[in-house]
Amino acid sequence: MWPAKMASPAASGEPKPAGQTAPKLSATDLNFYYGSFQALHGISMRIYENHVTACIGPSGCGKSTFLRTLNRMNESVRNTRAEGQIVLDGQDIHTLEVSEVRRRVGMVFQRSNPFPKSIFDNVAYGLRINGSFDRSALGDAVEHSLRRAALWDEVKDKLNQSAYGLSGGQQQRLCIARALAVNPEVLLLDEPCSALDPMATTKIEDLIFQLKSSCTIVIVTHNMQQAARVADFTGFFLLGRLIEFNETPVIFKTPAKKETEDYVTGRFG
Amino acid sequence: MSGSLHLLRRKAVNVAMLTLTGLCTLVAAGTLVFILSYLVIHGAKSLSWDFFTKLPAPVGEAGGGMANAIVGSAKLLLIATLVGVPIGFLGGVYLAEFGGTTFSFIVRYVTDLLNGVPSIVIAIFAYTMIVLPQKHFSTLAGGLALGVMMIPIAVRSSEEFLRAVPMSLREGAVALGASKAQAIFTVVIPAAKNGIITGIMLNLARVAGETAPLLFTSFSNRYWSPGWEQPTAALPVMIFTYAIAPYEDWHEQAWSAGFVLLALVLAVNIFARMILSKRKHVAR
Amino acid sequence: MAASTTLASGAGPARPARSVWQRVRAGDNLAYSVTLGAASAILLITGLLVYELYAHSAASRAKFGWQFLFTSTWDPVADQYGALPFIYGTVVTSAVALFIGIPLGVGAAIFLAELAPPRISDGLTFLIELLAAVPSVIYGLLGIFILVPILRQVEPAIRAVLGWTPLFQGPFYGVSLFSAGVVLAVMIVPFIISISREVIRAVPADQREAALALGATRWEMTWDVVVPYAKNGIMASIFLALARSLGETMAVTMVVGNDPKIRASLFAPGYSIAAVIANEFTEATGDMYTSALIELGLVLFALTIVINGAARLLVARRNVA
Repeated sequence: MWPAKMASPAASGEPKPAGQTAPKLSATDLNFYYGSFQALHGISMRIYENHVTACIGPSGCGKSTFLRTLNRMNESVRNTRAEGQIVLDGQDIHTLEVSEVRRRVGMVFQRSNPFPKSIFDNVAYGLRINGSFDRSALGDAVEHSLRRAALWDEVKDKLNQSAYGLSGGQQQRLCIARALAVNPEVLLLDEPCSALDPMATTKIEDLIFQLKSSCTIVIVTHNMQQAARVADFTGFFLLGRLIEFNETPVIFKTPAKKETEDYVTGRFG
Repeated sequence: MSGSLHLLRRKAVNVAMLTLTGLCTLVAAGTLVFILSYLVIHGAKSLSWDFFTKLPAPVGEAGGGMANAIVGSAKLLLIATLVGVPIGFLGGVYLAEFGGTTFSFIVRYVTDLLNGVPSIVIAIFAYTMIVLPQKHFSTLAGGLALGVMMIPIAVRSSEEFLRAVPMSLREGAVALGASKAQAIFTVVIPAAKNGIITGIMLNLARVAGETAPLLFTSFSNRYWSPGWEQPTAALPVMIFTYAIAPYEDWHEQAWSAGFVLLALVLAVNIFARMILSKRKHVAR
Repeated sequence: MAASTTLASGAGPARPARSVWQRVRAGDNLAYSVTLGAASAILLITGLLVYELYAHSAASRAKFGWQFLFTSTWDPVADQYGALPFIYGTVVTSAVALFIGIPLGVGAAIFLAELAPPRISDGLTFLIELLAAVPSVIYGLLGIFILVPILRQVEPAIRAVLGWTPLFQGPFYGVSLFSAGVVLAVMIVPFIISISREVIRAVPADQREAALALGATRWEMTWDVVVPYAKNGIMASIFLALARSLGETMAVTMVVGNDPKIRASLFAPGYSIAAVIANEFTEATGDMYTSALIELGLVLFALTIVINGAARLLVARRNVA
């Protein structure tokens, strides 16, 4: 079943969805350093295709840092170092061209960051830098992405207007559409709802449900209820370590570690 | 009681000093109003269509205009733009996007140094570089001097506006797979373009009024100056020459030229500042 | 695949050659090279400037040595040159400018930062900052035709009050060190006001509140607490203004009198480094004459570097404070 060498030190019984022998994306013995400070200690985690994996934990536990190693975003910060392997479909992402990694592993940020361009140009941006310029093909792709992000009906009449005219929740969905436009295999969401109101949050959570059938999703959230609602698998991080990783019901109802139990029952964090 | 007398004195001093500061402000602001009104009144009244269309009349004769000076200034500014804007803008891009190294620290320091160099010294530089080898004055030399003056301000202003673009936009572009150069040229620079363009406009307005750099580079010319290799008239130089000359008629023309120059410079400044201050309210 | 790899941040990984990515990376390299080239060009130009100044003043430097800075003869006919009259004129006119400009500028800055209602403060500051954009030659124009006649009217009054000092004695013909100083004052005041106002406004509210809570009057709070706190920034603005006035050419040339003599009285005509270069460069016959003028340019360059350096030190200390 499991190749013996890929044992994870943290989790006891390795969870795995039916029908999948290999994870879409996996980290093995990942250490990460900001200068001399070690932010991540020996993280090993498997992310399965077409499922939602959540990373939870108190502030500063390293979950965002971990997320950003998955698409090599940390490389733009000076004085950082990563050790270990991150494997996407059998290839170590550090052996791939970084732009390609980011096209295949997309990211949506905590605060929406649409470009000061029109709605259309925002969504089309990823396609344009990858070389597509045919206007009608772009138009189709933009519409498709906006539909996937459940934003098409709200913006279809104002595609040429500035993205800054949209509400906060709409801007975040626009950023999701923008990320989806390049057809990523994995989508990383870094606390996507933390700046949004409950209604907008609900819309995005519904979106996550719909997207997972065509995409693999990793979401970092400090909102445990959100993790419980949307995630199939959950990993609990504390002080840079992955304490426990399992199917979401297990983590929340019958956690194996005391630290996990303390966190999910609200005793700290 | 000496206590309350002391307090009374403090209050008197308070009122006196604060009134004094108000007077200072009045003097400072009033000077501008005074300058402007005098130039408008005196300069505008001697302004005629001839000013813009005729060449200077022979010395001692009345009439004539400064058409060659207007064209000359435009040509000088063109060369200045070609010299100063690419180096300044791209240098600013370097400092903003690839900075943080010792080299960029040195570049920034030297840019500040260049900014502090008096314009007359820059004129000497252009003189030794172009006028001496060519053995004649030229529009090219004057344009080079003005261009060198434009560089430090272009660098600083471009860098400032590029740095003001939030990091989140850069990250957003890079997360979509853009390379660093793509992110810079397709997202960061377009986001900063308003500030950069107004910066260039302000820069041009500043060098348009500079006289010293031209005195022994493009020198002057009472006729048209075809091409780039001949000395040329320029508006600020004409103002200087006419103002210190003994002819009343020339003094009048100096006022007209002063009015035109000031009107242009202030118009650009006011326009640019309005754009820039509006941006602050829209910035996200 | 159990071996772990240590990877440096941003290090180029080994990967299969693919044309799209090569082009993308080539684009990155091109962008870096071009912008680096521009940055290097700035260094090159500045270096070249210093070199040219140094090289073309060689004849004069060789002939006069350091004495150049202390000699007051300026005699093109005999080919004898000394920088002292011009250094004197430059320093004196700037001193007059600062003497007038600092109280005016700091006073107005205090008013605009502390007392004026925000809209009026912003409006007046906008007007005053526009003054900084007025070209130097226009200040010169106004200097010749307005200031000098006014000063001729005002001169008896000044002489009555201050005539007992050697500074205000002797004949006055309008163009003088004093006139140049006044014009320079008008030119540098906007810089002092603009920067000082920002710095004063940036003084934290809790400083002011502490003073007021102790019973200080508005003025006492401003003068005893706020201004000292903002002292470094205000000093920096003064140094910047000084650097500007040292290099100012046109306005000075038009009203200073252009006489290379050192006299005690401010009413006397004088000369500044920038003014003599502007006036005599095109008439300089002979290599020694030109070389001496270029050496003067070198002196001015050195002077402004020192002053600008002092200003930067002050700004740096302000940020640390």
